Amino acid sequence: MSNYLLEVEHLQKHFPIKGGGFGNKKVVQALDDLTFGIKKGETLGMVGESGCGKTTAGRTILRLHEPTGGKIIYDGETLFDKDNKIAVNMLPYRKKMQIVFQDPYASLDPRMTVGDIVGEPIDIHHLCSSKQERYDRIIGLLERVGLNSEHANRYPHEFSGGQRQRVGIARALAVNPEFIVCDEPISALDVSIQAQVINMFEDLQEQMGLTYLFIAHDLSVVKHISDRIVVMYLGRMVELADSYELTMHSMHPYTRSLVSAIPIADPVQARKSKRIILEGDVPSPIDPPSGCRFRTRCPYADERCAAEVPEFKEVTSGHYVACHHLDKVK
Amino acid sequence: MAENTKNEKILVDIQHERLSFFTPAGEVKALNDVSFKMKEGEVLGIVGESGSGKSVTAYSLMGLTAYPGRLIGGTIDFNGHRINDMTEAEFREIRGNEVSIIFQDPMTSLNPVYTVGNQIEEVIKLHTDKNKEEARARAIELLTLVGINEPEKRLKQYPHELSGGMRQRVMIAIALACEPKLLIADEPTTALDVTIQAQILELMMELREKLGMAIIMITHDLGIVASMCEKIAVMYAGRIVEYGTTDDIFYNPKHEYTKGLIKSIPRLDAKDHERLVPIEGTPVDMLNPPAGCPFAPRCDSCMKICLREMPPVTYFNDVHYTQCWLNQKAEAEAAAKAGKEEADE
Repeated sequence: MSNYLLEVEHLQKHFPIKGGGFGNKKVVQALDDLTFGIKKGETLGMVGESGCGKTTAGRTILRLHEPTGGKIIYDGETLFDKDNKIAVNMLPYRKKMQIVFQDPYASLDPRMTVGDIVGEPIDIHHLCSSKQERYDRIIGLLERVGLNSEHANRYPHEFSGGQRQRVGIARALAVNPEFIVCDEPISALDVSIQAQVINMFEDLQEQMGLTYLFIAHDLSVVKHISDRIVVMYLGRMVELADSYELTMHSMHPYTRSLVSAIPIADPVQARKSKRIILEGDVPSPIDPPSGCRFRTRCPYADERCAAEVPEFKEVTSGHYVACHHLDKVK
Repeated sequence: MAENTKNEKILVDIQHERLSFFTPAGEVKALNDVSFKMKEGEVLGIVGESGSGKSVTAYSLMGLTAYPGRLIGGTIDFNGHRINDMTEAEFREIRGNEVSIIFQDPMTSLNPVYTVGNQIEEVIKLHTDKNKEEARARAIELLTLVGINEPEKRLKQYPHELSGGMRQRVMIAIALACEPKLLIADEPTTALDVTIQAQILELMMELREKLGMAIIMITHDLGIVASMCEKIAVMYAGRIVEYGTTDDIFYNPKHEYTKGLIKSIPRLDAKDHERLVPIEGTPVDMLNPPAGCPFAPRCDSCMKICLREMPPVTYFNDVHYTQCWLNQKAEAEAAAKAGKEEADE
C-alpha cells in the first residue's frame, strides 16, 4: 500500500480534432504517460510552457476531461482505470478534490453574487441544513480568504483581480476539500498581489492540511511554493525532483534551459549568468516528434532520440529524468 | 554632428507631464508630474503594476493617447520635436520613422488579412522613397536580422501561420524598418513563454548593439529590467516614485514601494523556504486617488504628513531620486546632524 493521497499511472488524454472529414483519426496528444504520486499535505508543482499539457493534466486528474487512458487512484480508491473499465461517479469525490482556475475574470459567473458563488458547492452537496448555517459558512469562508461579510452581496465585477481570485479560492474551500488543483492561480495578478495570494495558499495549507497540485509557468513561483516539481514538455514529463534539487541541479537539457531562461532580479548576477537559448518553437502536439519529444530543440539530440522514447527513470534518489544523454549533459 | 558627443545628446526630455483621461465616470489622472530624460542609445526600464501609467508615459511620446486622453500640463521633447504642439500629420511622420513601438500581444497587433511582407513593406514605402523591389529586399534583410529563417517564404505568409515568438519577431522587424532612434517595448514578452522570452530579449539586446537605438522597456518583471536596463523608473499611480540606475534600484532602494516589490518576488536560488513579504492592500483607484502620497494607504511606515501632502523629490546622487517623505525626513535629519557638528567645531 502506497502512502500517496493521489496517484496517477500512465494517464493519457488525446483530444480528437473536430471537422476533419471522414476517416480523419487525427488527435491532439495533449497528455501522455503521466505517472506520479502526491503525498498528503504535499505541494507538487508542475511547470512547462504553454501547450505542454499542464492544464490538461490538472483537469484530467479531476476528470473534468475524461481520460483516454491510464489510471487515477485517490486515497486508495480507483476513480478511473481504462484497462479494467472503471469510471466511478465523481460527485462524492468533488467534495474532496477541488480546483482553482487560472482566470479570475472568466471563472466567476458575472450574474451571481459572491455569496451565491461560494454557496453553490454547499447547496450541491447539501452541506448546510438551514439558511442561517449556510450564510454563516459563507461568511466564514470569505473571512478565511481575507474578504468580509459585506462582500457577499456584491457581484464579481466590483472586485479587483486579486480579490476575485480570493473568491475563487473560497469557492474551492467551501466543501472542505483535501486536495486542490491550482491551475495558474496567480499568473493573471499584479506582482505585488501575487505574493499575498501565494502566502494565503501556504497559510491555508497549514491550517487545513491541504494537498496541492500547483500548476504554473513561472518556475520561481513554483519553486517557492512546492516540495517537489515536475517539468512537462509537449504532453510528457521530462523531469521530477525535489524543488531545490530541480532548480539547482537540473539534469534534463530542457529543464536546464528553462531555469537559465528565467530573468534574475539581481543585476550583478544577471550580467554574469549565461542564458541557454533554445532554438525554435514548441512543435505541434498533433504531430509530435517521434522518440523524445524535445529532440527538435535539443542540442544533444541524435538518431537514438528519434527512434526511442526515453524512459522516465530514477537517476538519484527521488530525481526522475527522461533523457538518453544524461552523461553528455553533465 | 560630431560622433563623440552622440552619446551625450538628450533624446527624450519629459518635464512635469500631466495627462488625464476624461471618462464618463470622471477624470482619471493617469500621469501626475512625470519628469525624466533619456540619452541617445540608453535603455530605460519602466516598472509598475497595471494602471500605474507606465504604458501611458511611453505612448504619449508617440501621440498615442488619443481621446479621451489629454495632455494637460508639462512639456515633452523628443529628438528635437515638441510633442505637445504636434498635429496628427506630423506624428505620422515620426511614428515608425524616429520612434517605434512593439506591443504586448503579437497575436492582435498584426493585421490578420495582410501578409507579413505587406505589413513590413508598408512601413518602408511610407517613410522612404524606395520602390517595390527595394522595399521587398529591405523586408527580407529585416527578417534575416530578427532571426527568421526562409524570409522569402515568410513574406508571403499571414500572421496566423506563425507562432507567437515568430510574430513578435515580425513586430520587431516592422518597428526597426526605418532604424528608429527610440524603440518602445511595451511588455514585449508577457504573452510569450520563458524560453521564447529569452530568445526575444537576447535579440533585442543584439539589435541595440548593432543599431544603437535607445529602448524604453515597459514591464512588470523585475528580472527583465535587471538584465537589460541601465536606468529604471518605478511608477506608482501615475508618478515616478523612484528613479535611478539599475544598481541603485536593486541594491540601494529607497522608496518603500520599490523595497516592497523587490521583497515580494520569490528567488529561484533561495535554499531555505523564506516567506514572501507582500505589499498589503490593493492598487489605488485612479478615479479617487488619495490626497497625499498615493502609496500611503499601503505603506508600513506611513506618517501623518503622507496622507496630506505629496512628498517633494529627494535626490541621493545625480540620477537617483525618490518621492517619499521618509527620505525627506532622513535627509533633513542628516543635514541637521551635519549642521550641528559643524557648529560644534
